[in-house]
Amino acid sequence: MAKMVSLTIDGRSVSVPEGTLIVNAAKQIGIDIPVFCYHPKMEPVGMCRQCLVEVGRPAIDRATGQPVIEDGRPKIQFGAKLETACTVPVSEGMVVLSQSEKSRAAQKEILEFLLTSHPLDCPVCDKGGECPLQNLTIAYGPSESRFLYDEKHHAEKHVPLGDKIWLDRERCIQCGRCIRFQEQVAGEPVLAFYQRGRNTDIITRSDPPFDSIFSGNTTDICPVGALTTADFRFGARPWEMKAAASICPLCPVGCNITFNTRREAKSGGKVVIKRAMPRQNEQVNEIWMCDRGRFNWHFVENENRLAKPMVRKDGKPVEVSWKVAIEEAGNQVKGNQVVVLASGRLSNEDLFNLKQFADGVGGEALLYDSLPGGELTTHFGLVAGSNLGDLGAGSAILVAAADLYHFAPIWHLRVKQATERGGNLIIVNPEATRLDKYAKTLVHCQKGEAAKKVEEVGAAVKDAENLIVFFGNDGSPELAEACANLVKSRAGKVNNGLVGVWPRANDQGAWELGFKPAGDLAKALKGKTVYVAGCDPAGDDPQLAEALKSARSVIVQDILLTETAQLANVVLPAQAFTERDGSYTSGERRVQRFYPAVPAFGESKADYAITAFIAAELGLEVEGRSALLVMDMIAASVPAFAGISYGKLAEVTEQWPIIGRSDLYYGGTSYQNSQGLGVHLSGLKKA
Amino acid sequence: MLAEKYPDEIKKILAKYPPERKQSAVMSLLHLAQLEKGFVDRHAMQEIAGICGITETDVAEIIGFYTLYHDKPEGKLRLQVCTDIACALRGADEFLEQLCERLGIRPGETTPDGLVTVEAVMCLAACNKAPVFQVQGPDGISYHENMTVDKAVEFIETARKGVK
Amino acid sequence: MAHLLLRHRDIPDIGKIDIYRKNGGFEALKKAVTQMKPQDVIEAVKASGLRGRGGAGFPTGVKWGFVPNTIWPHYVVANADESEPGTFKDREIMESNPFQFLEGVAIAAYAVGANTAYIYLRGEFWSVAASLDEKIADMEQAGFLGERLFGTDYSLRIYTHLGAGAYICGEETALLESIEGKRGQPRIRPPFPAVYGLYGKPTVVNNVETLTNVPLIIVNGADWYKSLGTADSAGVKIFSLSGHVNKPGNYELPFGTTYRELIYTYGGGVTDGRKVKAILSAGASSAVIVADDKALDTPMDYASVRTLGADLGSASVIVINDSVRMDWVINKTIHFFKHESCGKCTPCRDGTYWMLHLIERIERGEDVEANTKLLHTVAKQMQNKCLCPLGEFSTMAVTTAIERFPADFKASAEGGKHG
Ligand SMILES: Cc1cc2nc3c(=O)[nH]c(=O)nc-3n(C[C@H](O)[C@H](O)[C@H](O)COP(=O)(O)O)c2cc1C
Ligand code: SF4
Ligand code: FES
Repeated sequence: MAKMVSLTIDGRSVSVPEGTLIVNAAKQIGIDIPVFCYHPKMEPVGMCRQCLVEVGRPAIDRATGQPVIEDGRPKIQFGAKLETACTVPVSEGMVVLSQSEKSRAAQKEILEFLLTSHPLDCPVCDKGGECPLQNLTIAYGPSESRFLYDEKHHAEKHVPLGDKIWLDRERCIQCGRCIRFQEQVAGEPVLAFYQRGRNTDIITRSDPPFDSIFSGNTTDICPVGALTTADFRFGARPWEMKAAASICPLCPVGCNITFNTRREAKSGGKVVIKRAMPRQNEQVNEIWMCDRGRFNWHFVENENRLAKPMVRKDGKPVEVSWKVAIEEAGNQVKGNQVVVLASGRLSNEDLFNLKQFADGVGGEALLYDSLPGGELTTHFGLVAGSNLGDLGAGSAILVAAADLYHFAPIWHLRVKQATERGGNLIIVNPEATRLDKYAKTLVHCQKGEAAKKVEEVGAAVKDAENLIVFFGNDGSPELAEACANLVKSRAGKVNNGLVGVWPRANDQGAWELGFKPAGDLAKALKGKTVYVAGCDPAGDDPQLAEALKSARSVIVQDILLTETAQLANVVLPAQAFTERDGSYTSGERRVQRFYPAVPAFGESKADYAITAFIAAELGLEVEGRSALLVMDMIAASVPAFAGISYGKLAEVTEQWPIIGRSDLYYGGTSYQNSQGLGVHLSGLKKA
Repeated sequence: MLAEKYPDEIKKILAKYPPERKQSAVMSLLHLAQLEKGFVDRHAMQEIAGICGITETDVAEIIGFYTLYHDKPEGKLRLQVCTDIACALRGADEFLEQLCERLGIRPGETTPDGLVTVEAVMCLAACNKAPVFQVQGPDGISYHENMTVDKAVEFIETARKGVK
Repeated sequence: MAHLLLRHRDIPDIGKIDIYRKNGGFEALKKAVTQMKPQDVIEAVKASGLRGRGGAGFPTGVKWGFVPNTIWPHYVVANADESEPGTFKDREIMESNPFQFLEGVAIAAYAVGANTAYIYLRGEFWSVAASLDEKIADMEQAGFLGERLFGTDYSLRIYTHLGAGAYICGEETALLESIEGKRGQPRIRPPFPAVYGLYGKPTVVNNVETLTNVPLIIVNGADWYKSLGTADSAGVKIFSLSGHVNKPGNYELPFGTTYRELIYTYGGGVTDGRKVKAILSAGASSAVIVADDKALDTPMDYASVRTLGADLGSASVIVINDSVRMDWVINKTIHFFKHESCGKCTPCRDGTYWMLHLIERIERGEDVEANTKLLHTVAKQMQNKCLCPLGEFSTMAVTTAIERFPADFKASAEGGKHG
């Protein structure tokens, strides 16, 4: 434990660990010292000077080395200059005055300097309404500028830094947060300052420009409207939008996100999603998210969305009522051999119901997945209390045949950070990845050789206090097994275990709920009634398309009119994850809830409900009234989920850094998490 | 390619710094690169980034910060007159003005033949020898002190002959 | 008295290694390395009272003493950025008496246990760097640099590093960033370079002139050195004299020489026989001194100059005669600082820009009184808020010119330097 230091800030006492910066000590007792360049996730630079405060320290008698006592109290000596609260660590007996006349004056004066060159185009600025500069100006700033408007510094206003991010040079206040984010957090120093003095500008010279999958985060931490996303800019004003908590469905990391929505005329008076923002979960994505998650949610508004159920009549799909469609689905199933083919795109609730269904009709529940190994991650995966953010010196991380940067970007980020805290990273991979430069040991191998190489490096990680092994696929069937062998003896130990770099968000959940891939999928489908949910085998693979044609019949439940749906006998429109509630189990075995953001499209229904309908048609009892109730069923019947409920999933505890809407300038526009941090699956399946 | 043209110089530059601190060499390498054309082009930036183990963006930011580096072509010679306070007290502003008049250009412009760009610069640490200018060109940087407009024009004429 | 620093003025070819050796060259280095412990060298420099000649006047030996012996390696960096308007002394030393300077670098390196020293030269000193490289090679050949000096275990390499046009790189932490191949922007201090310097290692940064004094102290002893100059300012100093004087140039004089002596006895008096109106005592960074009799008779040492509301700084004395208005003077200095502001911190970046606009308005004669008042306010508003001293420097001449020469800002200004 670090030594504790006591000090007084604005008359209030606080005790914080040695080394804490004044600004953070203040934050802990609810005092917001204004900052621009400081960001709690990055090294302080003290350059914007916004956080100037009066700092006093106990006077020391030179002769005795003891504090000078005056009127029975230690005498406090204030320096001639104000100090930057973001760079000065606390010390015993320190007295900080953040609201004194001198401090307030300095804060106001710095703001005035910043505003001399700021365009003050708040009425047309994307950031207006959630802008630290705007907020601080209202709170601390001068009421009018003495600077002459026509002498403002002018610069280019619409500069694409890349495909995704636009820069308004005039609005930039040179805080350097974006540059430092790319350098320190993302590890991709593709932004820089150009020129100097008042002419200082942000540039990128990477090829392609602003080459980073984390680029969107710079728009969250930019304290003005200088950086905006191509996707959202000019899309809506922040105050017009509502927020809905969600989980990114695009990879197994399970980033906590928030969808901002609004009802708009442009969309025919419908409530639509305008943007995705990160939502704080320090154990999962901290306050970040990757660009894929931030920009690739548009599939939910794809023009091929299914609005109504359809049944094939005379070789053609015809729209029908739900009643007719469900009857038809029941007919297809009744008395036939059934295969349920589902993917990790679906929620735990959907998959559970599909499994119940499969079991009820005596059919098979197959996972549509190319990566094997789930029977191992359910035995040797991570358990409660595990957090990549805790790994550091003494810990080892092995990444085998997986490209975290492209397939689980936030894991890339967190593994990189673990190496910066002293963690030992070993990579075994047939291909180069962006994580390679952080590895202490880098083993390049031929495709199919990874398993062998993993065995070879095993000795090197044997003695690590903690060991997490990420595995992907290089075509060698024994890879998952070889990786599991390294962690078997550590099963159940916090911060130890096996993690699959699954292609989909909830593959881990699917395995936990009893889904398994088929050895030969094409063969497994032949002659059966195939109930396909949340995947498009026909679109992915012509061989599977053929196999489906040789099936007895096909029922498809999906959000889009996929190729598989096009050859189905019954098509059931499902709701997108943005239109309903549910939960995913991340690759780290954390169960997390998502909430509805927008109304359901057309007549679509939630997957778990559709399954329950068909089940009911067949006289089976499957819970379909709400996702919450399905989760209760899961908790009651699947041991790993024991104790999990929607209530538990919605619990939050305080996180550091404290971020939130009231003081965006501290952490940026990442959303505060008040909808749940999720819960780890409790146990591991017994080997 | 710098590596082909200046192998020894590059080796010498890199030897100045600890092997894991190659970034330190970026400034000297830029000076070297600039001798060629009077500015640093994209190729040179990429090559220097490679030698120093940094990104092209890192190199660009160095060029942007320091006034002796240029990323656009100008005159073959850059004639930079100090017009800072100490020199100005000794007539530097008038010197610059008259010199430009003789050359038929304005400060910041290049002579029509592309030979010299005349610019005002900040203090050159030669305040006792005003008027003074430095010349940036293919041979690096040289100082020309206690100047008169005639002497400056003569220097340019000599250079012009040298070029032809 | 014979020159101690500008020795080439007495011994013409002292820039050649054999001539330098014939005149006692490298005796100090030899003595230090072979007869003294590093700590003894530090003590000697402390006892001499030598203060940094780069501007801040910090006691050199004390600074060397801060270097911790728990973190290695150590570095010594000579600050040859010399970019303060009105300063041109380091260049003369390096061009004409290079070995005494290099010997000083070597002794400093020995004292703090550095095996590598860098000389950071402003990029404009291209040819100075080239000639120093030759001198360094000469020293290596003669065995005064390189492996195992004088048969001891001590080894030292000195390298030059060229900047590329940035005044801010004279600030020591910006200078270190620049050697690291980055933008020359100052670091937050503390930690100070003596603990966290080049590549994050303990580093001593000293001005060229400071280091050139060191061999003298080692050879002649601290007491001898202390006997030169005044109580708080030991030794000799090079005064760079420029502006409206008949004989501008470097003058090596004991501390305590008066402005009058410098300007009239050495500098040949004010140009055109005019009256001296104002003095910038430390280049463009200086407060402006009203050149009345009291000021002219003030001895130039650290403490005395302070009584004039100014600083000795790097002792770059710019003389301004009564043909010039002070609004013109600060127009020049503001231009300089606006151009040189690194842009890292808000008050300097935006304050210098704002000041520039205000002085230009004043020069155009627009609402002179109000704009002068605002200019003064803005300058004051910048003070004590900047990350490094450059921003503070930029305000010194501005506030003092407005306060001390109010009439110049009342005159119906129509531009130009003459009132
Ligand atoms: C803006 C700025 C410019 C400076 N320029 C120089 C310079 O050109 N040369 C120099 O020796 N010191 C300069 N200094 C002072 C250095 O930061 C540092 O104090 C000095 O090199 C220490 O050496 P000394 O103790 O020997 O004086 C400058 C300081 C500032 C703030
Ligand atoms: S005071 Fe000026 S030079 Fe110094 S850090 Fe601030 S912007 Fe840079
Ligand atoms: S200087 Fe402290 S927040 Fe910028």
